[in-house]
Amino acid sequence: MSVLQFLTRTRTRTRTRGRQHFDWTDWVTYAYLVAGLFMMFGPVLWLVMSSFKTESALAQFPPTFLPYSQKTVVVSGHDKPLPLYIVKDESGATRELAQVSRMGIVATLVDPAQPTVEIKTNIKNRTPVNEMQFAWSNYTEVFGKFSFGTYLWNSVFITVVATIITLLFNSMAAFALSKYQFRGQKTVFILIIATLMIPPTIILVPAFLVISSVGLLNSLWGVILPAVATPTGVFLLRQYMLTIPDELLEAARMDHASEWRIYWKIILPLAAPAMAVLAIFSVMWRWNDFLWPLIVLSKSEKFTLQLALNSFQGELNTQWHYLLAMTVITLIPVSLVFAFLQKYITTGIAGAGVK
Amino acid sequence: MATLELKNISKSYDKTSIIRSLDLSVADGEFIVFVGPSGCGKSTLLRIISGLDAPSGGDILIDGNIVNEVSAAHRGCAMVFQSYALYPHMTVYDNMAFGLENMKVPAAVIAAKVNAAAALLRLDALLQRKPTQLSGGQRQRVAIGRSIVREPKLFLFDEPLSNLDAELRVSMRSEIRDLHARLKATMIYVTHDQVEAMTMADKIVVLRAGVIEQVGTPLELYNRPQNTFVAGFIGSPRMNFVPSAAVPHSPAGTHSVGIRPEHAQLVQSAASGALTVTVSQVEQLGSTSLLHGVVVHQGAEDTVFELVLNGQTSVQRGDKVFVTAPPEHLHYFDKDGLRI
Repeated sequence: MSVLQFLTRTRTRTRTRGRQHFDWTDWVTYAYLVAGLFMMFGPVLWLVMSSFKTESALAQFPPTFLPYSQKTVVVSGHDKPLPLYIVKDESGATRELAQVSRMGIVATLVDPAQPTVEIKTNIKNRTPVNEMQFAWSNYTEVFGKFSFGTYLWNSVFITVVATIITLLFNSMAAFALSKYQFRGQKTVFILIIATLMIPPTIILVPAFLVISSVGLLNSLWGVILPAVATPTGVFLLRQYMLTIPDELLEAARMDHASEWRIYWKIILPLAAPAMAVLAIFSVMWRWNDFLWPLIVLSKSEKFTLQLALNSFQGELNTQWHYLLAMTVITLIPVSLVFAFLQKYITTGIAGAGVK
Repeated sequence: MATLELKNISKSYDKTSIIRSLDLSVADGEFIVFVGPSGCGKSTLLRIISGLDAPSGGDILIDGNIVNEVSAAHRGCAMVFQSYALYPHMTVYDNMAFGLENMKVPAAVIAAKVNAAAALLRLDALLQRKPTQLSGGQRQRVAIGRSIVREPKLFLFDEPLSNLDAELRVSMRSEIRDLHARLKATMIYVTHDQVEAMTMADKIVVLRAGVIEQVGTPLELYNRPQNTFVAGFIGSPRMNFVPSAAVPHSPAGTHSVGIRPEHAQLVQSAASGALTVTVSQVEQLGSTSLLHGVVVHQGAEDTVFELVLNGQTSVQRGDKVFVTAPPEHLHYFDKDGLRI
């Protein structure tokens, strides 16, 4: 059994039939899976929890996992709510007091029940009273504070339009490459696949020059158009379409179907599983795309969410609580797409990859 | 309703010649069966007629018009594929309506035609099903239904029954015959099964290696095969070919004599030129008995001989039997295999 097989095998019915207890290999498998889950999902979870922390809670050291913040209390005679502390006096008894002010190492506190009596104590003797508090304001304020709606619209527009065009172009190319016999068919296919070997960073400058000279800088189309023809997509769809029997096309031709109608009514519906896979990929690629939009879009009203996130960080002080909240919002659509369509990814890749 | 004429048709892929200068004419309303062993070019010929493949040379005439340059869609042919080629994502109704939709026929007319075809083929209850939810025979009927709604001039069947089990094949055979009788359309049917050819055809075209060996009615082919290939191909069990040395009174130039197993008779003695056969196997089928044996005769050793006897027999394995056949059932072939 190879290492990969060992790591990826699944528990089959035969192995556990008639046995109540896990084999030690099952424990190892689960431990490995849990470790993987922790390593991959941990940071995301931390991000989500942190996005609910107030600005002061974020600055706290040591950091806490849950969004704790100090409890406050309204005391008569003071305009603002005062932070609550547990204070230990000389006899060792503890009391819950509100802090009025602090000078050096001496804090002035009052009992909320007797607001007129001030107690002074060393700050070592007091510990803050924390409670779990979700700072929803991070989320509600982020919509008003930045032109979040614009960024969201830009991102959604680029993702949706680019995905639709990607599906259309790639499926047409794949249809031609899989179902038509023509001179140079293999060459064209190999050339398309060969572009996979060129790292995107290498074509960054030429692509920029092209986009710039056709006047698409600072236009969402400048982000969409260079991305729509993907060799991966053509390859994925072509391999899948090869499995559609030619007889169906011939039957359609005898049925008076034009080539366009064959593509639209026969090939596309039958290639739906592979199309779903490509759609998921395309959504993830476009939504998470950073480098290319960063180069093409320089006006802030054209920013995508990813660019907006980046620009927050670039300013003099980073407003982490908003940044984190926005990051979480940015994650949501692509997570949903993945969660609901992930079964197509596995079936689609299995179907398209093998044959 | 159409006549079909093939003039000097040839087809080759690269340098492999599949069909060599073939001529054929089909009258209006005929049921023609192309039969031959696999690789004989019968399916290729059908595809050339349909327009899915272009011939390398020669002309195809439908109703007297040359249609070489006419696309498959506009030739007015309908084809039933071996795999049925039903559109798996469409319902039975949509499968049958697809061709008419492409021709921009009004929806009401489509509905009427599809329902009529469905009634004819007893598919009424299945119209909203997908092909995967149908049995083999039902799929076959949908494929036929799809072809008849368009009222084509020519029906082309490419081994349509080969994916069905034996019992269903027999019933579908008569259904297709019934359909032909009702539609009175010209039909061309390709099969490798000579029983299908014999039972269905008005006229059989026997093909071998891209060449027509013989064209005729089933009984013409059975009674007067033009050569040893046709003689061996038509009829089951196969015709026996005995070297002429073993058969007295053969005409001059005879190389082999054909005797159909069902025409062979057992006689008491080797007198009057009967063949002596050593029986190697006896198959008792109840109503008939099938004997396999080897001819024992100078110049004809090791010739395998089969005969079918009516009723049951007491002949045992290893017995020697004496065989004759009525002179009208002897077929004489020369050394090129042609009938004398």
